[in-house]
Amino acid sequence: MLASWFVGGWWFVAVARDRWVGASHLVCIAALELVLLAQAVAAAARLISGERPEQFATFLGYLVTSVLVLPLAVVLSFLERTRWGAVIAGVGALTVAVLTLRLRQVWAGA
Amino acid sequence: MTDTALNAGPGRVLIALYGLFALAAGARAGVQIATKFDEAPVAYILSAAAAAIYLVAMVGLIRGGPGGRRLALVCCSVELAGVLVVGTASLVARDAFPDETVWSGYGRGYGFVPLALPVLGLLWLRASSPSATSATSARS
Repeated sequence: MLASWFVGGWWFVAVARDRWVGASHLVCIAALELVLLAQAVAAAARLISGERPEQFATFLGYLVTSVLVLPLAVVLSFLERTRWGAVIAGVGALTVAVLTLRLRQVWAGA
Repeated sequence: MTDTALNAGPGRVLIALYGLFALAAGARAGVQIATKFDEAPVAYILSAAAAAIYLVAMVGLIRGGPGGRRLALVCCSVELAGVLVVGTASLVARDAFPDETVWSGYGRGYGFVPLALPVLGLLWLRASSPSATSATSARS
């Protein structure tokens, strides 16, 4: 799937978030969320057109989670406006990278 | 919140991680139990148990106070014992584990986070304990 391009970028976002919370980080994470939404829409379109990964339920679970992780991480991050809040958002970005990897594996039938 | 800052700062990161792993392990165990329980019932039940422990540990950390602290302490200890025992067993007796659990190979399939999480949890419980922070926790 098209997601492979973005995984590298997510690592950068995670590291950047690790430093401090600022407007640039919020823009980064918002852009990432938009990419994830686009990915979810693209995947949903392919599912509707009849393509089915072998483990359909697992794929769907990962897909839904991939969209929800970042908003949740940002909310938690705002509750904790310190360095640790940035770590939470960084962990969220890393989670997205892992989720994307798993999405591609499951789609390929691994 | 109550007498200590168990659920603030690094504690909040731990809460997020525990929530994530409760979800990941729970969802995976749910799918496996629902679709192919006969293949490796022990492994899937262990995964489900791990998910439950993560969830309870998270609740303990969120609640804070002496009760929450005790709850989290028990969960982290069980977790650490579980990941060590299951991790060792999965390497020594491979036949008993035809499919992976969250704790197989000391959490290898999950980037060893299952091994690190209880250790971090126990360290945090100690670092934030009332006796260690009695000077700073007076404000609440």
